[in-house]
Amino acid sequence: MQTARDLKEYKGELKSALNNEFLREAMDKFAVAYRASREKAFAGMDLETLVREVAQGKDQAMARMDELFAQFKKNAEALGVTVHLAKTAREANEIIGQIAQKAGVKRLVKSKSMTAEETHLNHHLEALDMQVTETDLGEWIIQLRHEGPTHMVMPAIHLSRYQVADLFSDVTGAKQDSDIQKLVKVARRELRAKYVEADMGISGGNFAIAETGTLAICTNEGNARLVTTLPRVHVALVGLDKLTPTITDALRVIKLLPRNATGQAITSYVSWISGPGECQASENGKKEMHVVFLDNGRSALAKDPLFSQVLRCVRCGACANVCPVYRLVGGHQLGHIYIGAIGLILTYFYHGREKAKNLVQNCINCGACKANCIAGIDLPRLIKEVFARIQDEEGHPLQSALLAQVLKSRKLFHTLLRTAKSVQRPVTGGTPYLRHLPMIFAKDQGFRALPAIAEVPFRDRFAAIKPKVASPKLRVALFSGCVQDFVYPEQAEAAIKILAKHNVAVEFPMDQSCCGLPVQMMGERESSRSVAAQNVAAFEPAGCDYILTLCASCASHLKHAYPEILGKDPKLAVKVQQFADRVIDFSSFVHDVLGVTPAEFAADGKKTTYHSPCHLCRGMGVTKAPRELIGVGGMEYLASEEEDVCCGFGGTYSMKFPELSAELLKKKLANAEKTGAELLVTDCPGCIMQLRGGLESRGSALQVRHLAEALAARMK
Amino acid sequence: MSDTKRLVDLFTEKAKLVSAFVEQVKSMDEAYAYTLDVCDKKDACQLLMSGCESELSKSADALCDTKPAKIIAAPGLDAAASAALGGLCLERGVHFITQDMRKHLGGIDIGFTKAQAGIAETGTLVLNSKSEELRLATMICEVHVCVVRAADIRETSYDMEPVLRAMSKDAPAYVAFVTGASRTADIERVLAIGVHGPLELHILILED
Repeated sequence: MQTARDLKEYKGELKSALNNEFLREAMDKFAVAYRASREKAFAGMDLETLVREVAQGKDQAMARMDELFAQFKKNAEALGVTVHLAKTAREANEIIGQIAQKAGVKRLVKSKSMTAEETHLNHHLEALDMQVTETDLGEWIIQLRHEGPTHMVMPAIHLSRYQVADLFSDVTGAKQDSDIQKLVKVARRELRAKYVEADMGISGGNFAIAETGTLAICTNEGNARLVTTLPRVHVALVGLDKLTPTITDALRVIKLLPRNATGQAITSYVSWISGPGECQASENGKKEMHVVFLDNGRSALAKDPLFSQVLRCVRCGACANVCPVYRLVGGHQLGHIYIGAIGLILTYFYHGREKAKNLVQNCINCGACKANCIAGIDLPRLIKEVFARIQDEEGHPLQSALLAQVLKSRKLFHTLLRTAKSVQRPVTGGTPYLRHLPMIFAKDQGFRALPAIAEVPFRDRFAAIKPKVASPKLRVALFSGCVQDFVYPEQAEAAIKILAKHNVAVEFPMDQSCCGLPVQMMGERESSRSVAAQNVAAFEPAGCDYILTLCASCASHLKHAYPEILGKDPKLAVKVQQFADRVIDFSSFVHDVLGVTPAEFAADGKKTTYHSPCHLCRGMGVTKAPRELIGVGGMEYLASEEEDVCCGFGGTYSMKFPELSAELLKKKLANAEKTGAELLVTDCPGCIMQLRGGLESRGSALQVRHLAEALAARMK
Repeated sequence: MSDTKRLVDLFTEKAKLVSAFVEQVKSMDEAYAYTLDVCDKKDACQLLMSGCESELSKSADALCDTKPAKIIAAPGLDAAASAALGGLCLERGVHFITQDMRKHLGGIDIGFTKAQAGIAETGTLVLNSKSEELRLATMICEVHVCVVRAADIRETSYDMEPVLRAMSKDAPAYVAFVTGASRTADIERVLAIGVHGPLELHILILED
């Protein structure tokens, strides 16, 4: 639950979460174990195709939401179900409250329903003097603690067995052992008594199947079976997004949902309920059954060209499981009711700006959620979009608006960088790092040394090193990105050396500017759009074979985000697509296009480990080429643990949330050092800034190089 | 290898992965005998597993007293099958019931059922649970013994779709996919079996 009033308070909560040792350890173990079990669960399956099918199926269904609702209602009512539609959360609660009052209900048992959490149904029913008991073990625990969930599948993952034992001791009035198996049995007994007393059962639903009027529910504990069987009234509360055309559509999702949620091939129980059956607890021997659909913005979302995809979400929780930030701070800090990446988005729509405004800033944009989403939701993009909307609604902070203005003018931006260079000497002390930053810039940045601006930027060096190629085999236009242009020009120079040797003609369009990712991250859409258009104009895409960049973040932004940002502008649509189609990252270009061979390099067998940049491995889908190039270049590749987990840079993220950035970096560097390597290579200058800065401030001997530098240094 | 044999093997492998006990039987009589053996081997105080040994609140504790002796519940069997299993129970001194599950919500020892089908790729039983008695029996029992015919095992959930659709259209309908015993990992992600439903699932594959 979000209670922080501003970013400062929110950061305070993050800090205390970081200091919660039990949480940190539990989350770490979970992150590692989840990854392994997911991989095992999907072994041998064509996941990409299955994800596409789920996404398409859900999109088609959501486009027909009204029709499916009418079909479900007709079919379910023919079976004796009463079907309700609630426009708002309050309306849903009132409908359910009235059903309960009319049926003379005093005690209710509930199986898990995120939708009921969304509407705060329990509070409403309790205010009507009814007793509601959650029967899902985790939900019961957090209900007893008066807390919100910290995970959509494992709501009490933040608690230890000792905390649960204390809680159960209070509940039973008898001292309970902390043995988990025993605690589970205590819950079994205590909750069994609740089922016996209950007059009404409330469930959620994973699918409301229109063709048959069937409600399908997946559970592991089996509590939904008891909730829907024992009491004389059954009410299911489901979002309109659960409308599913056919049984086939449901089976398709069931193939993926449990695998992605917990690594299970299927949940222990899937119940398919079509109409109210016999019920001996009822006077007439028949169950009273209601399905309440909640809109709460869903039908409008279904029509939104961008956000309709959030309705694909099947609530598996994987976007939290793989989120490096969730791993550090847990679900109370990364969601309100809905947790994880999807939670950051849904909170804005279902619970409002106040609850969402701090949360949405806490995305490092590593793309792990998107890569693991079985519904193919572009979560990082939607999070950025929500952030941008909130800024539009509330006003842009000065810092962000200033950067946006500066970036819009390349000349102003570059002039500022050059000015910074000429005045930085007092803070560099002649080293390549900013040693003595005034406190206002250096707050909480002690975990890494920040680099100085280079003496001569790449753009001023290019004329002298431009390869002279008479009959080039390829024409490449280089996109350097700000960091290689003004901080690490030697990386781009190294690449030029390799290209020249391979008879590649290189152009460096001087009007190129920042790719725009930083302003996109800060929610400055207008500025982001403006620089994108400037860059497309600076490069005449039809005149070159490839647009090469050595920066993974620039690469994925240019290739995937540009068409989204500019593609709807009829004047730019063609050019931007041509531009995006030509964008290639360094490793793929050298490995796949040039096809460099070991014979070209003087092997030294240097022990080398690799950091896989988020925007390369997930953003560009490139994983093999860079690792193979290490071997081709004559170095010995030592794999490190969690190579594809974010280094904590995230551009402006590391300035906004330095404590979290520092923790991610610490883990990353520890894993790299553990390999015993002398050299750490990667192919993103942003990551290099983070990694090198971190090693410098730890005083580590491990060297960091861009893969281009490592290869160029060994070229014969 | 015949297709049935391949599917039986796959079903067995997948069901065992989720801690189900899987045996093959040649006849229903063999299935009944197996069930009684499981019942005999169960601890004398069956409820030991279920939490009655713990210090409980008064209302939960009261429920523990509602159980007289070992009970096997088998709603949904035809008369002949019921007589056969019931007779065996009588011989072994086990209480045999086919209805009134609501009088035994404190728990019964064994729920005995016949599944309509099985899904090999996940080791899943497809159980027509339209009958409230049957649904309850499979939830309040400590051990669920379920017979499935080898010939009724299909490879994937998609293969099961016509069966599921037909059952769902025979409304009001309640169909259950059952895969392993009731489980949770809600405390520290540690797997615990039997949070609400059976502590054990025994699957008996009936050869043709």
